[in-house]
Amino acid sequence: MIQDIDIADLKRITELIHSKYGYDFRNYAMSSFKRRMLRILEVKNLSIESLLKKLSESPVFINEFLDELTVNVTEMFRDPGFWRVIRDEIIPGILLNHKTFNIWHAGCSSGEEVISMAILLREMGIHNDVSLYATDLDTTILEKAKMASYPAKNMELNEKNYIRFEGKWTLKDYCKEENGKVTFDKGLLANVTFRKHDLVIGDVFNKFDLILCRNVMIYFNQTLQNEVLKKFHASLFKYGYLAIGSKESLIWCDVANRFLVVSNEEKVYKKIKD
Amino acid sequence: MSQFNLNSSYKAVVIGGSAGSFQGITKILSQLPKTFPLPIIMCLHRLKHVRNGFVEALSIKSVFPVVEPNDKEQIKKGGIYLAPSNYHMSVELGNYFAMSTEEMINNSRPAIDITLGTAAFVYREKLIGILLSGANRDGGMGMKHIKDKGGLTIVQEPSECMIDTMPKAAINLTKIDHVLKVDDIVSLINELDKYYR
Ligand SMILES: C[S@@+](CC[C@H](N)C(=O)[O-])C[C@H]1O[C@@H](n2cnc3c(N)ncnc32)[C@H](O)[C@@H]1O
Repeated sequence: MIQDIDIADLKRITELIHSKYGYDFRNYAMSSFKRRMLRILEVKNLSIESLLKKLSESPVFINEFLDELTVNVTEMFRDPGFWRVIRDEIIPGILLNHKTFNIWHAGCSSGEEVISMAILLREMGIHNDVSLYATDLDTTILEKAKMASYPAKNMELNEKNYIRFEGKWTLKDYCKEENGKVTFDKGLLANVTFRKHDLVIGDVFNKFDLILCRNVMIYFNQTLQNEVLKKFHASLFKYGYLAIGSKESLIWCDVANRFLVVSNEEKVYKKIKD
Repeated sequence: MSQFNLNSSYKAVVIGGSAGSFQGITKILSQLPKTFPLPIIMCLHRLKHVRNGFVEALSIKSVFPVVEPNDKEQIKKGGIYLAPSNYHMSVELGNYFAMSTEEMINNSRPAIDITLGTAAFVYREKLIGILLSGANRDGGMGMKHIKDKGGLTIVQEPSECMIDTMPKAAINLTKIDHVLKVDDIVSLINELDKYYR
């Protein structure tokens, strides 16, 4: 087993992926990126040279590679206090001005965050008035998200989060269990558009009233975070909201003064200037 | 004064702990020298999905406030940092923190091995690693990384630990420079402080 990778070798890998496939990992945060690479070498039983060879010779490998490289760990109603703020403050704030609106889940992974939002909206009785866009770089995980089907063993944590969110029912009311899997009511995804989108190289593709990008930018260095935050700013309507992960912050970035802090604890910001 | 043969080249202290380490950690934090110049970076196993309370409980006992840093936050001299719940916390080249939600390691997130291992990569021989009481093997590999890079390794005396699995795992994996009771760890930190005056 390889214990460590040189920065020079990491560079060779990111340069190859960039020149051959266009994905740009050159500004990803180093430690976690290195751990992911070590993990890929271990589970695929490859040396650095054989990985480079495989990446340059076998284009079908790239999707599998991206799926391993990205960190897809997620939960439903992660940080229940955040979801209470969305329900009790943010969405009522949007509804003051619009009856229908758009939400973007950037880096939606296997979709738990999207299902959570759909449940929240249904419990507020406005599910049909909202269009959700769920995007990720990783096409393998997007296919999973579309299925809305998860290992039953994950449900204990999800259900605990939901209870702390103070939802109206139980998560069981929204899904069916079969063969160790739970599958959520497909109606929840009726207004969801899933599509592949890369935050690093992708363009602004729509305007939103609320963007969630939680636990995605932690994998970027600050230079890249700054660039992506500009794109989020450009993708929001004036007075729209941006929600980031509980351990992220945007007070330091170039567009910081065009946002107002709505919840410091739950990291929700409001665009106040174009 | 040279009981521990220290010097003023160290840049940071990392501390790992799990079951039974709370008392030890609060004792250390409550007896820190008022001028302690190094950042103290802590990764402690904690109740999953309980975001609040822990850092406050530590802060009450500590000479300086304890903070759970944000992603990409700079590591400051004299800062006392605690890995937040449900995130792995790495130290990055450039002296800042990075968070991640990767899979659990040894059933833990935050994992002590990650914080200790990345700190060893960045600070190399200028790092002091301390591993306290705990019920699993997390932290052992991290201590090995610290030793391999030339840092100073300290574990809590197993006989004093409520659960000694963690320090023993480290002792089995690498050379430990000092096996100490918490009171002696406190003395070591106070002695270290004098080299920076
Ligand atoms: C840890 S998950 C976050 C899931 C969810 N938002 C949450 O907070 O639980 C991170 C996701 O970001 C995606 N991601 C990483 N880099 C990306 C990029 N450049 N563009 C779009 N998505 C990306 C990964 O594929 C992964 O699914």
